[in-house]
Amino acid sequence: MDIGKRLSRAAAIAVVTGLALLGGTTTDVGASETEHPEAQDWKFTGPFGKFDIAAIQRGLQVYLEVCSACHSLNQIAYRNLLDLGFNADEVKAIAAEYEVTDGPDDNGDMFERPARPSDKFVLPFANEKAARASNNGAFPTDLSLLAKAHPAGPDYIFAVLTGFDDPPDDVELGDGMNYNPYFSGKQIAMAQPLFEGSVEYSDGTKATVENMARDVANFLHWTAEPEMEDRKRIGWKVVLFLLVLSALLYATKRKVWSSVH
Amino acid sequence: MSSHTQHSGYSVGGLVKWIDSRLPVFTYLQKEYGEFPAPRNFNYWWNFGAILSFMLVLMIFTGIFLAMQYTPHVSMAFDSVERIMRDVNYGWMLRYMHSNGATFFFIAVYIHLFRGLYYGSYKNPRELLWIFGVVILVLMMASAFTGYVLPWGQMSFWGATVITNLFSAIPLVGDWIVTWLWGGFAIDNPTLNRFFSLHFVLPFVIFAVVALHVVALHVTGSNNPLGIDPKGPQDTLPFHPYYTAKDSFGLAVWITLFAAVVFFAPNFFGEPENYLRANPLQTPAEIVPEWYFLPYFAILRSIDFDLWFIDAKLGGVIVMTGSILVLFVVPWLDRSPVRSARFRPVYKWFFWIFLLDCVLLGFVGGHRPDDLVFEGVKQLEFIDLGHVGTAWYFIHFLVIIPVLGMIEKTKPLPTSIAEPVLGGGQAAAGAAAKPMEKA
Repeated sequence: MDIGKRLSRAAAIAVVTGLALLGGTTTDVGASETEHPEAQDWKFTGPFGKFDIAAIQRGLQVYLEVCSACHSLNQIAYRNLLDLGFNADEVKAIAAEYEVTDGPDDNGDMFERPARPSDKFVLPFANEKAARASNNGAFPTDLSLLAKAHPAGPDYIFAVLTGFDDPPDDVELGDGMNYNPYFSGKQIAMAQPLFEGSVEYSDGTKATVENMARDVANFLHWTAEPEMEDRKRIGWKVVLFLLVLSALLYATKRKVWSSVH
Repeated sequence: MSSHTQHSGYSVGGLVKWIDSRLPVFTYLQKEYGEFPAPRNFNYWWNFGAILSFMLVLMIFTGIFLAMQYTPHVSMAFDSVERIMRDVNYGWMLRYMHSNGATFFFIAVYIHLFRGLYYGSYKNPRELLWIFGVVILVLMMASAFTGYVLPWGQMSFWGATVITNLFSAIPLVGDWIVTWLWGGFAIDNPTLNRFFSLHFVLPFVIFAVVALHVVALHVTGSNNPLGIDPKGPQDTLPFHPYYTAKDSFGLAVWITLFAAVVFFAPNFFGEPENYLRANPLQTPAEIVPEWYFLPYFAILRSIDFDLWFIDAKLGGVIVMTGSILVLFVVPWLDRSPVRSARFRPVYKWFFWIFLLDCVLLGFVGGHRPDDLVFEGVKQLEFIDLGHVGTAWYFIHFLVIIPVLGMIEKTKPLPTSIAEPVLGGGQAAAGAAAKPMEKA
């Protein structure tokens, strides 16, 4: 494009831009055809939000019984479950169900032992190559920080888990891929993981796909920001203190300045 | 309290006297922060010097404690940051204060900078003061960039890739410089190591330049909203207690806002993708810098055409560098004898247009160049806004400001600061500079 054309176009655009700024309505189109996850009602949102411990415990159960077959959770140790209301013995028992490789022992050999509370959650695969080999070439992502790593966070997790569907006629799926309108590119290597009754909840909650997806999202929100309740509780103290301090400093300033105004 | 402001010498305690006669720190503090005559008409835009000092100290302190727990190694950096977030006592608080501190540092520095542009604080005799300020801004950008790389998330890695690759645009030696910056042929452990080292040391360099900035300020004295020089003691107030009180209040309000973000929305300004571990084999769908770099990013990308022998990439780098360098010469571009925009009816408008232009560029920097601004309007892509915004940025500095300096008809200036403040210079002159007599 030559400079003259560029300039005339620029002038026209300047006018439109002014209008755009006045109107303030711009939409992000063409960024992605992926469907935007619907906002769900979560107990943890807002400055007063708290963890839904029962849901997180159920989500843990779904993770351990379903997701953990493929997905690691490498930032979480079994001892972290103490924060979810499990007592020390329960945590020990949960950890002991998994085997970890330790060593070398005095003979220089590696050995297997039951996991301890201080161990991180045992990984489903020895390494990325092994994970890809078992998953049609795809690498199941680590879930620890997923709720913070996507703009829609837990809404996204819920949407993907409940979003599996038959592909529309115009969608051509890749080999071994599944249709999910919420996943980037609308195709996901993971097959639908949750079905009605995939787990059996002990608290009487019905194990519908929606309930399980919601519980998993709650659980993964906790794994992503386990400090949330502490953070908000301290935050209220800090902010209230600072508001009082600001008021006092304002009064001080008024008094200091009263002789010159 | 009144004794503080009435005596020029300090008279508390023998030890103080003993030290002071050997190293006059107390006399200095009393002179520069006690009696220091500040124009009596500062508005709250003058709080940001104190706010910025606080932010710098906060960043250095939180940073030192984070560095005690952080591991600058490509295979451990990401996990060491998560360990800080999860296992270090109040580590999440340190890290969120540090990461959001960068955001609030930049908000404050941009307000401070635009305050200077509005009130003409860069003009004679404050040119050097302004230049030190721009140097601080450049150092802050370098610190922020190197710091953002340290968590070794996806945006850390790919942001570093994009920015360091800019140097490859330099003719002849570009590729050599990039290799030298990386410490190898790809961004890898040596790069992370040196970025950590630089990120640790740069804030202390900033601290030193801030000291020069403050010393220069105390030589020329502060500018003020009227932009006229104080003509005598009736136009000024001792810094303490008047501006210590005002700064303390402003700072407390600022920290309240900061705390609200740190504790209730700590990831609001962050890029979610940086919670994914860096993966050199997987480019993110979009590589975007932190919000405070978006206007420069838009300027960089707005040069998408070759000009003579300069290809688009080099052109973008030159123009982006120029957008910062031009700030250094603002004191000489603006020939208007009047400092404050209050008395410059035309410049005032162009100031606000320029501010909007910078916001627009930030907005453009956050979108892909070929995204449509409006759905269905195929003629208007973000790159077009980038062209206009970038052009205006330079027109403002290189055409509007010099021309206005020559042709603008300014309003008459008040005869003294005390006059408009107290609504009658005569009556106020005697009463004004009295030290405060209340406890």
